[in-house]
Amino acid sequence: MDLHIVWFVLWGVLWGVYFMLDGFVLGGGMLHRVLGRDDTDRRVLINSYGPVWDGNEVWLVTAGGATFAAFPTTYALMFSYLYTPLLLLLFALIVRGVSFEFRGKEDGALWKGCWDWAIVVSSFIPALLFGVAFGNIFAGLPMDEAGYHGSLIYLLNPYGVVSGLLFVLLFLEHGALYAALKSTGALSRRAEETAKALWIPLLVVAVGFLGYSNFATRLYDNYLAAPVFAVVPLLAVAALLAVRLFLAKGNTLAAFAASCATILGVVFTGVIGLFPNLIPSNLDALYSLTIYNSSSSDYTLRIMTVVAFVFVPIVIAYKVWVYRLFRGRVSAETLAGDHEAY
Amino acid sequence: MDVLTLSRLQFAVTSMFHFIFVPLTLGLSVLVAAMETRYVVTGNEMYKRMTKFWGKLFLINFALGVVTGITLEFQFGMNWAEYSRYVGDIFGAPLAIEATVAFFLESVFIGVWAFGWNKVGKKMHAASIWIVALATNLSGLWILLANGWMQHPVGYVLRNGRAEMVDFMALITNPFGLLKFGHQIVSGYTVGAFFVMGVSAWHLLRGRNRDFFKASFGMGAVFALASTLMVAVIGDFHAVDVAKTQPAKFAAMESIWDSCRNAPMHLIAFPDEKNQCNLVSAFPVPGMLSLLAYHDLNAEVRGLNSFPKADRPPVLPVFLSFRAMVGLGTLFIVLAAVSIFFHRRNLLEKYPWFLRAMVLCIPLPYIANQLGWVVSEVGRQPWIVYGLMRTSDAVSKSIDLSQVIGSLLGFTLLYGLLGFVDIYLLAKFARKGPEETSIGATGAFGK
Repeated sequence: MDLHIVWFVLWGVLWGVYFMLDGFVLGGGMLHRVLGRDDTDRRVLINSYGPVWDGNEVWLVTAGGATFAAFPTTYALMFSYLYTPLLLLLFALIVRGVSFEFRGKEDGALWKGCWDWAIVVSSFIPALLFGVAFGNIFAGLPMDEAGYHGSLIYLLNPYGVVSGLLFVLLFLEHGALYAALKSTGALSRRAEETAKALWIPLLVVAVGFLGYSNFATRLYDNYLAAPVFAVVPLLAVAALLAVRLFLAKGNTLAAFAASCATILGVVFTGVIGLFPNLIPSNLDALYSLTIYNSSSSDYTLRIMTVVAFVFVPIVIAYKVWVYRLFRGRVSAETLAGDHEAY
Repeated sequence: MDVLTLSRLQFAVTSMFHFIFVPLTLGLSVLVAAMETRYVVTGNEMYKRMTKFWGKLFLINFALGVVTGITLEFQFGMNWAEYSRYVGDIFGAPLAIEATVAFFLESVFIGVWAFGWNKVGKKMHAASIWIVALATNLSGLWILLANGWMQHPVGYVLRNGRAEMVDFMALITNPFGLLKFGHQIVSGYTVGAFFVMGVSAWHLLRGRNRDFFKASFGMGAVFALASTLMVAVIGDFHAVDVAKTQPAKFAAMESIWDSCRNAPMHLIAFPDEKNQCNLVSAFPVPGMLSLLAYHDLNAEVRGLNSFPKADRPPVLPVFLSFRAMVGLGTLFIVLAAVSIFFHRRNLLEKYPWFLRAMVLCIPLPYIANQLGWVVSEVGRQPWIVYGLMRTSDAVSKSIDLSQVIGSLLGFTLLYGLLGFVDIYLLAKFARKGPEETSIGATGAFGK
């Protein structure tokens, strides 16, 4: 087996799972003040992802670590080329994490109001930046033998902005569905209505993204060469349609599951199109970072494969257990009855 | 100021800030786990209240420790791309393993612990904080194995223009990393123990919740004595290993300029880097340094002058940090022993000056931890990987000065603000009594 390909797949899976899991926390965070009309609502929202957000964010750390261990050259260049966006991402993730912890620790309206806004902004920035970054990776970065010729302004090219918008809308939809699923009463209904309202713009941007990708990227070359993979984008589209279908039927759990599939589908659509590149160069293909020219040695890949195949299933097992443990809805009543709630 | 200097400064700022929170997490996780275990075993409600009171402080501290850790992982790529490219084949592995094996475990079970009071049984709840404690320690192991490799690179060959891993077992059994891990873990326990004793002393001085805080103090004191003794013992073996693997760092720690056998240790010394000698060196203890470094009175200790100037670390910060760290470590052993004595004889409240001193001592183990890292990292200079790669060759080529100035300013402001808020909250909830403590919110029930 070609371990480069194994790690390429794992790389895509780690990013996909991260977006699927943190997507609903980021989406819920962006909607924090819209869905949460009062303090109780907002506490319900925070407590609904309280037990899981930290574990979800570790998928990002693992995606970063896996890139470092398996494709160190890509890690080095990607992180140094995207210095400023990554910095903003870090700031936002730091603020978001402490906001959840700090918000309930004082009673003042000003204190809580500040952290509420912090949650909104620090959820929006990562959603947008991840989209912009991945859009630009799909399209290729301007790099050649002299290094990188881009900048933060360059990354905000039309295609980057469209994919940024796509990620924001995907996460908003995802977050609204999660809130509908995990809360009760008016809050849950409001979240459901929001999910319905967001679906149309999401569909428009998703279609636009797929069409635009044909001109702005070379993602579709792989699908022309191996049409069987076209099943992935088709499934992504089908999942997106299923979201609305299940919403119409009032089945929020199924709609949320379909939203998970949509996010995975979008990420895999892009990742399959990239193969065998991790970051293509849009100046000269010779300077593209591929799974072959930027990877670790065979020995390191073997070690890391053993680690991944032993421990990732264990991680998934206890994460599933935790999600089952905290299944069920959070409400004003459950919060009032739980002295330890946030 | 250039990109290299500012990137180094940024790494120092972000890692030292991160390390305000890590040692308390290490120590307090174990102490809270011990408290909850006592509750489960004895059924005594006081231990449950102890678990919640100290657990809440643990969580406030934990939040900032987690979020500031991601910065460090990202920075290797952002600011140190040449380093990451050159050594990623071997250095990336422990970081990725840390995330997969330890960080997941820690982050998932902290959720179970903080939010699961009514969801899981007593035993499972106590088990989840033990899992957090174990995972936190395991995290430390992988991170220090990674750092240990930078200090003493093993298990690699230079091939394809980079350092490639050839022996994973060598990497994970690297004595440097393991000793450092041992030394660091018990240093973290020391921070936790003195934190618990200091906060308890504050309450005892005010005569509030006396049984509660006496019991807390007692647990802290036992933990403190065990930890501080281990810090010293493992630290001694660590120093012996440093003398062998990083003689230039060792010479800087002791400010030894000329190599000699039966080397004395000067109780008072002060380096003069310009003239490559000591300004002062008084009260020699004959052979002491040879004994400490090699466990042999007649062993030769290499002096700084035997290294080319370009290969020497800055002497003054390393020397002073090392002295101060050792001095503090010694003080901690004495304080821990006295604490146990006073606690056992029920004399704590008879000697308020001692309680006051223990409150004032809360920051000292933190400082000792930071000093230890100064010795370790400044002492490794000018190398980023000892003997293999110079720090000046490791910095990213694609970033410019304005980017690093911006990020350094951003980190300083953001961290300053969050650190201020975090310490404010820690102090606020540390002062509150255990009665009012709930894990998530301000403390008022049902709010």
